Amino acid sequence: MPDLLLELLSEEIPARMQARAEADLLRAVIDGLGAEGLAGGATLSQSGPRRLCVMVEGLPARSDDKVEERKGPKVGAPDQAIQGFLRGAGLTDISQADIRFDSKKGDVYVATRTLPGRETQAILAELVPDIVRKFHWPKSMRTGHGTLRWVRPLQRVLCLFDGAVVPFNIEGIASGDQTEGHRVHGRGPYRVRSADDYVAQLSGPGHVMLNRADRLGFIQDRAQAICAASGLELVEDQGLLEEVAGLAEWPQLILGNMDPAFLDLPDEVVRLSMRVHQKYFATRDPSTGQLAPHFIVVANLAAKDGGAQIAAGNARVLSARLEDARFFWENDRRGGLEAMVPKLTRIDFKQGLGTVADKVARTVALAQVLAPVTGADLQQVERAARLCKADLVSEMVYEFPELQGVMGRYYALASGEPAAIAEAIADHYRPQGPSDTVPSAPVAMTVALADKLDTLVGFWAIGETPTGSKDPFALRRAALGVVRIILENGLRLGLRDICDQHARTLGQSGDHDDLLAFFADRLKPHLRDKGQRHDLLDAVFALGEDDLVLIVKRVDALTTFVDSEDGANLLAGFKRAANILKAEEKRGWTAGADVDAALIAQGPAAEQALYDAVCHAESILSLAVVDEAFETAMAALSGLRGAVDAFFDAVIVNDEDPAVRANRLALLDRMRAAMHTVADFDQIAG
Amino acid sequence: MTMPVARDKPASFQDLILRLQAYWAAQGCAILQPYDMEVGAGTLHPATVLRALGPRDWRAAYVQPSRRPADARYGENPNRLGHYYQFQVILKPNPQDLQDLYLNSLYEIGIDPGLHDIRFVEDDWENPTVGAWGLGWEVWCDGMEVSQYTYFQQVGGLDVLPVSGELTYGLERLAMYVFGVENVYDLPFNAPDSAVPLTYGDVFLENERQQSAFNFEYSDVDMLQRWFQDCETQSTALRMAEKPLPAYDFALKASHVFNLIDARGVISPTERQSFIARVRDLARGAAEVWASQQAADVG
Repeated sequence: MPDLLLELLSEEIPARMQARAEADLLRAVIDGLGAEGLAGGATLSQSGPRRLCVMVEGLPARSDDKVEERKGPKVGAPDQAIQGFLRGAGLTDISQADIRFDSKKGDVYVATRTLPGRETQAILAELVPDIVRKFHWPKSMRTGHGTLRWVRPLQRVLCLFDGAVVPFNIEGIASGDQTEGHRVHGRGPYRVRSADDYVAQLSGPGHVMLNRADRLGFIQDRAQAICAASGLELVEDQGLLEEVAGLAEWPQLILGNMDPAFLDLPDEVVRLSMRVHQKYFATRDPSTGQLAPHFIVVANLAAKDGGAQIAAGNARVLSARLEDARFFWENDRRGGLEAMVPKLTRIDFKQGLGTVADKVARTVALAQVLAPVTGADLQQVERAARLCKADLVSEMVYEFPELQGVMGRYYALASGEPAAIAEAIADHYRPQGPSDTVPSAPVAMTVALADKLDTLVGFWAIGETPTGSKDPFALRRAALGVVRIILENGLRLGLRDICDQHARTLGQSGDHDDLLAFFADRLKPHLRDKGQRHDLLDAVFALGEDDLVLIVKRVDALTTFVDSEDGANLLAGFKRAANILKAEEKRGWTAGADVDAALIAQGPAAEQALYDAVCHAESILSLAVVDEAFETAMAALSGLRGAVDAFFDAVIVNDEDPAVRANRLALLDRMRAAMHTVADFDQIAG
Repeated sequence: MTMPVARDKPASFQDLILRLQAYWAAQGCAILQPYDMEVGAGTLHPATVLRALGPRDWRAAYVQPSRRPADARYGENPNRLGHYYQFQVILKPNPQDLQDLYLNSLYEIGIDPGLHDIRFVEDDWENPTVGAWGLGWEVWCDGMEVSQYTYFQQVGGLDVLPVSGELTYGLERLAMYVFGVENVYDLPFNAPDSAVPLTYGDVFLENERQQSAFNFEYSDVDMLQRWFQDCETQSTALRMAEKPLPAYDFALKASHVFNLIDARGVISPTERQSFIARVRDLARGAAEVWASQQAADVG
């Protein structure tokens, strides 16, 4: 069966977009063929700096005939309806239609039409231009007088089916059977007869390593081999590997040497210069674990001189970069961290929330409030919070924003600050995401928490809260950070009070229900990862609790309870009671009436038993909740289960005597209230 | 297509410029002279930013001195200058083979494609001051950025049709690479065997020193603030009178005056934003009037 080969050749596609575009193109081709009833065998896709390519093996030469049925009016329907049906179905006389029995309508007319299959070649000639025109790129452009949007100018389209060109034209580019290879080593063009021929020509004379995974593997292996041969160790960097695999069609790895004098700069600075500016891999000395004065550059050229000039040129650029970095490093240290603090007045934090200096002042105040909770030294907390953003005005961080905090740590140590303060400056941005580590040293966790809480309370104060997928200030990440810092360090604090109090320093009397719910939403995925249910968190959160550690303890205990047989049964009993009470509430009954014990004593034994069980549970619960002995509280609830079941089996709430009825409702109400001290069972699915 | 062989190295900085001019002249570009006003980048020359608007075809190339007061370093930094040259090429519409034309221009100044690793690395260009952006790359030669290559998509906040291709060569940096020189002031400005051999430093070092002193120590900020207002008033009046070319000149003047004020580091972030917005309004306003005149002229 015939094969399809499609290649779209363009000017250089941004590295970060290639893999996704490759997958999208393959899917579009397969879906487009599928919509025409065409399915092939094996498929293959490729992508690189200048091309996207799709191959589909074993496609039919034409699509199958399709039979299309169109139901019409009943036999004997008015002429108007018949005529309308004939027009719509493209018939000239009703005798051309079949008659079929329909169980609802009786005999109806049916028009049957056979749509002949089409040549796959013709289908592709329409499909491919359509895919190209509708293709989605993260950023696309027009070129010349054209209207086509592509990532960069499209240069050639190769489209072969069954060895023949599929004829079409996209904005003046006629499809053809030619491709181009590497610009220097084998540009071509090459006339291609088949998919195998395409691969053979490009990977041979064309000097193009077509397959992304092959390039990744090749670069990785060569980098390892070069390091091994030179007694070095590669600093692995998957992100960089993927990027450089998108920047070279014919990757050639070259070992470059840098001036070892630059190794007195912080490792982070050297590595970032290599990675961000130059896209080099760094190397280590395996005996010391320290950075080595060598780098690996992935070129797109097998140079005539073996890469000597490329290595020298790259080394010179790196030296110039590191020369700049050293200039910043020395200037920054000369002034010191303390001297940077006043300059924070020059950076806006956020309109409505003042400058970074204002934010720092608020963070200092909040950190001091938090210090007794974390057990951190008050003076160290104050100093770390004051210095934590100072490096934002350093020349190094201006150049490398990624090094915020990291440079602050270096500069703090250089100015003789204690290690706890230096670490807090570096770690107060943590955790940066769900997998980042949480600061665990007292000073660091205090400043990290204060910084994030200040940001959240501030943005809530000015009403800029995340909506939908839009969260430009990463407030969700900040809130998750707060949750993780509190839980992983077991910090006991009432978030609502802290937020309210902090809002007052912003001149706001905030209502923080919404912010607390925002924290709860961050808590959910955290608990889900531990295998716990959303509704149980809702049930606890609905009580207005704002101590996250306590909330988690309760949810833990509640999870064990509702998973037990007693728990499941009690939940059913609770729902029954709650439903009765809700129905009564609609009719004007109000909760909170006292239970008349004497009246109960005259009733059935099951009623008395429930009353006793509720009283007993209440006495245990009131203490257990205060003592945070949630397992004891759950045991007390378990004790209710038998009495509740027996009550509903033996007692009818809706007694003829209104006094008895009211008393039984009051009893159920007492039970509901007792359970509510543990959780809002209404929120639990059951 | 066969790969052209690189020519020998140019003899000097000026020889490199002359070769680029000759090369682009051969591609049908009008070789213009620098615009006679202080600008921060070659793109801001009306031959690029205004000609990119409207339906008329256009090809031009020119050297443009660029002034960036805050980058001045008293002649003490071997890589950084407050005044430097850009070589600017604009082709409208962009020809299909622009990438090849560009690569050939590198071979023309002695960069051998068999020895040097040329790469096109994603870098989308944007200049909010003139409401312009485009997609393209920074072009790397052995890891060093030697050009900015852009397909304009919008100028003055308006979609451009046809699209122009724009190339900007950082001449000093490119020359330092070609000549293997570590310090910009050591570049041979004319050929070393000339009757009066001159280095880049002979021509510009004293200028960098004195201009740096002006930029950072002697500029009169109150006077500059007044100038800024005057330029703004004049530009606005010219725009209202539908004279976009001089209106644009005064927008450029305002922009440079702002850069001088900014170099003194005396304005707050909020003030700074407001200056930038005012310059942008002037430049965009002039560009919009120009675009509508171009469209009317042809239509």
